[in-house]
Amino acid sequence: MSDLIHRSAAELGALIASGETSAVEVARAHLERIAAVDGEIHAFLHVDDETVLAQARAVDERRAAGEELGPLAGVPIAHKDVFTTADMPTTAGSRILEGWRPPYDATVTARLRRAGLVILGKTNMDEFAMGSSTENSAYGPTRNPWDRTRIPGGSSGGSSAAVAAYQAPLSTGTDTGGSIRQPAAVTGIVGMKPTYGGASRYGMIAFASSLDTPGPFARNVLDAALLQEAFSGHDPMDSTSIDQPVPPVVEAARRADVAGMTVGVVKEFGGEGYQPGVLARFNEAVELLESLGAKVVEVSCPNFSYALPAYYLIAPSECSSNLARFDAMRYGLRVGDDGTRSAEEVMALTRAEGFGDEVKRRIMLGTYALSSGYYDAYYGKAQQVRTLIARDFEAAFERVDVLVSPTTPTTAFPIGERADDPMAMYLADLCTIPSNLTGNAAISVPCGLADEDGLPVGLQIMAPVLGDDRAYRVGAAVEKALEDRWGGPLLAKAPKLEADR
Amino acid sequence: MSTTVMKYEEALARFEPVLGIETHIELGTRSKMFCGCPTAFGAEPNTQVCPVCLGLPGSLPVTNKAAIEGIIKIGLALNCDIVEWCRFARKNYFYPDMPKNYQISQYDEPLCVDGHLDVEVDGTTFRIEIERVHMEEDTGKSLHVGGATGRIHGADHSLVDYNRAGIPLVEIVTKPITATGEKAPLVAKAYATELRELVRSLGVSEVRMEHGSMRCDVNVSLMPRGASEWGTRTETKNVNSLRSVERAVRSEIERQAAVLDAGGKIVQETRHFHEDSGTTTSGRSKEEAQDYRYFPEPDLVPMAPSREWVEELRASLPELPAARRRRVQGEWGLSDLELRDVVNAGALDLIEETVRAGTDPGAARKWWMNELSRRATEQNVELADLAITPQQVARIQAMVDAKELNDKLARKVFEGVLAGEGTPDEVVAARGLKVVSDDGALAAIIDQVIADNADVADKVRGGKVAAAGALVGAVMKASRGQADAGRARELILEKLGVS
Repeated sequence: MSDLIHRSAAELGALIASGETSAVEVARAHLERIAAVDGEIHAFLHVDDETVLAQARAVDERRAAGEELGPLAGVPIAHKDVFTTADMPTTAGSRILEGWRPPYDATVTARLRRAGLVILGKTNMDEFAMGSSTENSAYGPTRNPWDRTRIPGGSSGGSSAAVAAYQAPLSTGTDTGGSIRQPAAVTGIVGMKPTYGGASRYGMIAFASSLDTPGPFARNVLDAALLQEAFSGHDPMDSTSIDQPVPPVVEAARRADVAGMTVGVVKEFGGEGYQPGVLARFNEAVELLESLGAKVVEVSCPNFSYALPAYYLIAPSECSSNLARFDAMRYGLRVGDDGTRSAEEVMALTRAEGFGDEVKRRIMLGTYALSSGYYDAYYGKAQQVRTLIARDFEAAFERVDVLVSPTTPTTAFPIGERADDPMAMYLADLCTIPSNLTGNAAISVPCGLADEDGLPVGLQIMAPVLGDDRAYRVGAAVEKALEDRWGGPLLAKAPKLEADR
Repeated sequence: MSTTVMKYEEALARFEPVLGIETHIELGTRSKMFCGCPTAFGAEPNTQVCPVCLGLPGSLPVTNKAAIEGIIKIGLALNCDIVEWCRFARKNYFYPDMPKNYQISQYDEPLCVDGHLDVEVDGTTFRIEIERVHMEEDTGKSLHVGGATGRIHGADHSLVDYNRAGIPLVEIVTKPITATGEKAPLVAKAYATELRELVRSLGVSEVRMEHGSMRCDVNVSLMPRGASEWGTRTETKNVNSLRSVERAVRSEIERQAAVLDAGGKIVQETRHFHEDSGTTTSGRSKEEAQDYRYFPEPDLVPMAPSREWVEELRASLPELPAARRRRVQGEWGLSDLELRDVVNAGALDLIEETVRAGTDPGAARKWWMNELSRRATEQNVELADLAITPQQVARIQAMVDAKELNDKLARKVFEGVLAGEGTPDEVVAARGLKVVSDDGALAAIIDQVIADNADVADKVRGGKVAAAGALVGAVMKASRGQADAGRARELILEKLGVS
C-alpha cells in the first residue's frame, strides 16, 4: 500500500505542488485504500473511481497550465452525504433520497472544487444527521477503525471513520449537536465545529437550521485549519452566513502555543455518567495546558445542564418543518402512486416508508412542540434557555480565553448498545450541545486512550463566536505536546485493520 | 344545491354586517422573493424555477431587498408604522403546490402595522383601519385535470406550475369594518378600488385582478341590529374583480341573513365565489382546525429597516391618489360628480397623460369619457386596455385643433387606430381623412356646386346670405365631409361677390 495515504493534507498539497507526485497518483492511492478497507469500515455510500480520477487529472492539468492553486489543490477529500454534489448522488443517509442527483453543488462543495480538492466520494451518516452513532443510516452502520464492533460516532461517522482509516486525509461533516466533535473524539482524530455562520449552509441538507454548521475532519489540527479556511467565508446565498473576515485559523494552528492564555474548566461537565478513563485523560490534558504556560481556572456555567433538553425541543421543531419538503412530489422516493391514491395518501405512504424511526421520532417531537397551545411552553421556553446559555458563555469568556471539557462522556460504545435507548444516545452530545445553541466555535482533539478500553478520548476546546483561531491555537499546542510525549500521533496506536494484517 | 337567500333590503333592516378584507398583492419585482428567478407572467410552466423556489434539499432563501422596499412603500402609503425589527415565520402545512410544505410568511411580527385608508361612497367618507401589512411568498399553481369543477375533488390528476412559487406577496389585512350598513358591499368595493389605485400609483405592482396579481378574501359576518356581539364570519375566496368584491359581500349578507332567520348557525368556513351566479358555495370548513405551527424562520436573519431608509422611502413616495384627485379636480374644474365618473371609469390616468401630451383637459376628458368609453363598453374591456394610447388621443386632438380634422373625421381616426390600422397620422393618410382646406381643391368643388345650384347662388347674390348654408352643405356632401366648412363658406361668399 502506498505511503501517500499516511501523509497529512498539508504534506500532500506540498508534494503535489512541487511535482514529486501528482493529484492522480494521490487519488489512486486513496481509491486503492478505500477498495481495500471499506468493506470492513463502510465509511462510504458512494465512490466512483472514474469521476475521482477525472477530477484529479483536471487539477494536474490546471497546474500544468500554470494556474496558481491553493495549498490543498490535488488533495483528496470525502464529503458527508449531506452536502449536495452535482456529479454524485446525495442521500443524507435516507431511503427517501435514494439515488437523488442534485442539480447543484453546495457552497462548501463548490469552493473546495475551486480550491482543487478532489472529491473521493460521499460518506455515511445518521439519517438527516440525526444520531450519534451512524447506526441510523438507511444504508447500514459505519464501523470504528479502532474496533469494528463499535460505533464511529455520529452523525458524521462515515467522515470520521474514513479519515481515521486513512481512506481520506480530509473530510467534511456537519455539527448540529456535536456531530463532528463526538465522531472525531471517538475515532482519535481532529474535528472542528466552526462559528455558526462562519461557513455557508447553502446546499447542506438541513436538519436544524439554527444549529447546523459545516466543519472539517483531519488527522491533525493544521490540516483541519487549512480545510476550514478553504471553504469558509461569507456566502450571499446564505443570509445567516457572517459577512466578516475568516478568523486566522491556519496562522493559529501553526502558532500552537498557550503562553499567557487563561483556560476555563467547565465545572458542570464531569462526575456521574462520565467514564473514569475519559475523565483521567481530560484531567491530564488540563495539567498539560498548565505546564505549557496557560492559567487554568474553574468556571461554572449553571445553565449548561439545561442545554440538552432545550436542544431536544429546538432541533426537532426545526427538523419537523425542514423535512416537510420530502413529500414524493418533486424528487426522491415515491410510494403507492398507483393511480388510485390521492397526493395526500402518496405523501403519507412515502414518508412512512422513506423515513427511519429516529427521524420520525424527531418529526413527531417537533410537530408537537410547535403546536398551538404548546409553543410557548416548549419552543419558546427552549429559546429562553438558549439565551441563558449564551449569557453563561459571555460571562465565562470575560474571564477566560477558552473553555475545555471532555468532548463526550464515554469512548466509542458498541454498535447496537444504545440503538433502542434514545436517551442514552442523546447523552453522547451532553458536552457539545451548548456551543451549538449559541453558535460558538469548538474543536475536539485527541488526548489519549481510556484505560478501561484502550479507545480514544477527545478534549473539547470551546472558543467565543468568531474566536475559531483560539480553539485552533490551543488545540495545536495540546497536539504538539502530546505527540512529543507519545512519539507520534495517537492514531498510530490504533490496531491494524484486517486489510493491513 | 340551492341556497335560500333573504332580500337584501330586509336583511339590512334586521342585521348589521361586519366586514374584514384580506388582500394579497403580488409585487412587480423583477426577481422572486427569495431567489433570482424571473417573475414574468404567463411563461411556460416550470421554466422560471431554481433549487431555491423549488425547495430542493439544501437550498436556502435570501431576501429580495426590492420586495422589502415595495412593502414598506405600501405600508407608508397606508399610513402604517414600519416596525424597527421583525422576523419572517414559517407557516407549515402540506400542499403539493408548496415546494417546501411551508410558506415563508410573517406571523406575530408583521413589518407594517396600524394604518388606514379613507374611501368615499356616495359622498360619505369611510375610514378603513389597516391592522397589518406583511410580506410572504406566493405558492405554485395547481391545475386539476378532469372532473367537473376544476377543483381537486373529482379531478383525474393535477398538474403543478411552480413559476409562481416564491413571487413576493404582500398581504394587507383590515381591522373589522363596521357601521357601513346597507353600503357594506359598496364600501368593500370602494376599498379594493382605492387600494388598487394606491398600489398602482406606487409602481410596485401591476395590481391586475384578472392576472391574480391582486386577490381579495372577503370576511363577512352579521349581527342582529342592536346586538353588541359580532356573529360568526365566513371567508370568501376566489373574488377576482372589483365588481365581484361587491357582489360577494352582498350575496353573503343575503345568504347569512336567511340562515340566521331560519334559526340556523353560520359555520365558520371558507367559501368560494362564483362569477357566473354571483353566489358563494362552501369550501373547506376545517380552517380553524388547521394548526400552522408558526415559528420564526431560522434560515433568514431578522428584518431591521433603518429609520433613515424608511424616511428615504417616505420622501420618495409619489403623489397618492387622494391628493392627486383633489389636485386634478381643481386644475380641470370638475364637479364632485364629474370627478367620480372619471375615477369610476378608470380614466384619470389616461386623461392626465393625455393632458400631459398637450391636450386641453376638457377635450381629453370628452374623448375618454364619451367616444372611448362607449367603445370600451362595446368591446367589453377596461378603458385602459383599449388599443390606443393617451399620446395618440392627444395627437388626434391636435389635428382637430389645427383644423385638419373635424369632429366627425376624428371619430373615424379613433375607429381606425382602435382597429389596429396604425398611428393617427397613418390612419388619416390611409383613409384619406384630412379636412380639405386647400383652396384649389375646394374652389373646383365650389364652382361645380354653384353651377349645379344656380337658383340658390342667385338668391345669395341677391343678398340672401343665409341661403349660402345650402351651398356649404352641398360642398360638404360633395367632399364626403372632408371640406373645412368654414373655409368653404368664405370662398362661396367671395365667389358670389357678397363678402
